[in-house]
Amino acid sequence: MAIDLLPHLKQMLSAPGLSGYEDPIRDIVRAAWQPLCDEISVSRVGSLHALKRGDGPEPRPRVMLSAHMDAIGLMVTGIKEGFLRFTQIGGIDPRILPGQMVTVHGRKDLPGMVVLPPTHLLPPEAGSGVAALQYLLIDTGLLAEEVDKLVRVGDVVSFAQEPIELGESALAGHTLDNRVSVAAVTHCLDILSRRKHAWDVWAVASSQEETGVTGAFTSPVDIQPDFAIAIDVTFAKSTSSGDWRTFPMGEGVTLAWGPNIHPALYAAIIRTADELDIPYSREAAPSMTGTDAYAIQVVQSGIPCLLIGIPLRYMHTPVETVSLKDVRRAGRLMAEFISALPQDFMQTLEWK
Amino acid sequence: MKMTNNARPRIGKKQIALLAELCNALAVSGDEQEVREIVLREVKPLCQQVEVDAMGNVLATRIGSGQNKARVMIAAHMDEVGFMLTQNDGDGLYGFSIVGGIDERQLVGKAVIVGREHIPGVIGAKAIHLTTPEERKTALKLEQLRIDLGPDGSGKVRVGDRAGFATQLTEIGPSIRAKALDNRLGVANLIELLRGAPENIDLLAAFTVQEEVGLRGARVAAYHLAPQIGIAVDSTPANDLPAYDDDDGENTRYNTRLDCGPAIYLMDGATIADRRLAEWLMKTAEEEGIPYQIRQPNPGGTDAGAIHKTRSGVPSISVSVPQRYCHTAAGLIRKADWENTLRLLSAALWRLDSKILTPSEA
Repeated sequence: MAIDLLPHLKQMLSAPGLSGYEDPIRDIVRAAWQPLCDEISVSRVGSLHALKRGDGPEPRPRVMLSAHMDAIGLMVTGIKEGFLRFTQIGGIDPRILPGQMVTVHGRKDLPGMVVLPPTHLLPPEAGSGVAALQYLLIDTGLLAEEVDKLVRVGDVVSFAQEPIELGESALAGHTLDNRVSVAAVTHCLDILSRRKHAWDVWAVASSQEETGVTGAFTSPVDIQPDFAIAIDVTFAKSTSSGDWRTFPMGEGVTLAWGPNIHPALYAAIIRTADELDIPYSREAAPSMTGTDAYAIQVVQSGIPCLLIGIPLRYMHTPVETVSLKDVRRAGRLMAEFISALPQDFMQTLEWK
Repeated sequence: MKMTNNARPRIGKKQIALLAELCNALAVSGDEQEVREIVLREVKPLCQQVEVDAMGNVLATRIGSGQNKARVMIAAHMDEVGFMLTQNDGDGLYGFSIVGGIDERQLVGKAVIVGREHIPGVIGAKAIHLTTPEERKTALKLEQLRIDLGPDGSGKVRVGDRAGFATQLTEIGPSIRAKALDNRLGVANLIELLRGAPENIDLLAAFTVQEEVGLRGARVAAYHLAPQIGIAVDSTPANDLPAYDDDDGENTRYNTRLDCGPAIYLMDGATIADRRLAEWLMKTAEEEGIPYQIRQPNPGGTDAGAIHKTRSGVPSISVSVPQRYCHTAAGLIRKADWENTLRLLSAALWRLDSKILTPSEA
């Protein structure tokens, strides 16, 4: 019985889990992956490692699938007259913040809202133009003395936008970057649970990607994979985003091509995609990819990497949007590729 | 006249549930039907006469029983600021215009609802990764934004449909957070006033349309009702936030403040309030022990701006509930301010002596 990805994904999108504070999301991923794997553990920096054993002879080669589970968000830096000042965790354009609903993780979770103060309370350049992060406030709706009791400097703040289904196939919300890729890994594990595969599969929900790819630098040391596939979101075409870095949403995944990617691995996975008619675009990644692949490639003696991209509109806003079709395609492509891997696959990779 | 117990209004679960229904409805200026239906359902059992006029105003009259009753018009606008779809770009993306006044900086990254069926959509923004630092210093303009209904979302909407923020009303401790509190609070207050109206007046309740696009409904409503006194019940900005610089000291330009009770208007951009009515309201508040504040004289306007110039003139005033973040995805009010606004209006009506409008030298 296949796992229904929509409720799985919506559950993940409703959970907090900022970089370095991944516990709530890790619990949900662990519950989803536990029945699909043989061993599960947590790394020293909070990444989730799940092993699904292959049926090839030992020593079995290992593939690592890495999808980061951490979210961007905010952190309280000060409290004034019951209003919270804050900074960012991860990359946030301050122009998306005014009017956003948030959850302040104080001594208890408090609903809040990011507010743009009235023009006369801001310096001239911020009054009518863009108000920098330092001038924005969070209003919790509580009286000042209550806020002083419940909130401390350093408390983290998550976006609170609930996921929204758009039409038949699209989903919008915050932290689709990169929970959709975690869902794609779930889909892959689910397919593999009904397939034979020679290789050991290590699924990783990595931590602290948004703040410096910490999980991806560390998990390969524990797992010692022969090669790795990073799964992350990429830019979908939309209003005012249409250049070469963007891809149509709902029309297939991307397979990155560039220095972070092993060319022979790339050639192997596109053979699988072409044979099975799984649509993909070749994503030019001329230097660094800004994903887990960037880190994994240079761990220890080096690890061959692939990067699968799921096109997403409005990245790093609370209304990021994807097509579920692409999420399923990413999961299926990984499962098909892995189940067809021969025991001696690594020996077939040649530099040409 | 002494107030009976049931004329001392309270804000309880029932009132909040009605406010939630009113705020969660979508009624952008010119398409007030969702709110009009709720209003008609609520006021029909309370009033002798209820009609919907040529513009869509709901005019509900509760006739008192005494002699020489004052004809008091109370206006609360039903419409809210929002959007209209103006352009279909295909792929589920729609260009849109703003109806009423919304700061374009409040649009980015929001969930919205479109049309009577509340089809969900989002207003996205370019990924930060694809922007330049220079670009991020310039506010996004309306022309750069689209409402996105998803690739297969085009079938259910049309250019011309109205849209609004998708915010649902939430109670938070002492506060309520919702879209369109301006002016569903006024609508809710006016319904409550009809429930507990005294017999010494004819209460002419006008649930008006198109306030946000120029006080247009109130103008024809006031003509039709021909009142002796006009009162607009609305919601006004509370700009009571701290100054950005810790050395800047006190914020003295707050318009109104939360937790300080109803805001009585003496002057705004559209009306100089009738001094006798202002004194009547302040005296009522002081004698009944109800907190109140004077709204700082500032631009802006309410339905009183149209009412006081109708026919040969109508002495008029406005009373508002202070609200932070008006005309954004979500405003914030205190339940206590709401209740005190309702108490003040109710007590003032019960005490109203139409002689207050007689010139003192006569």
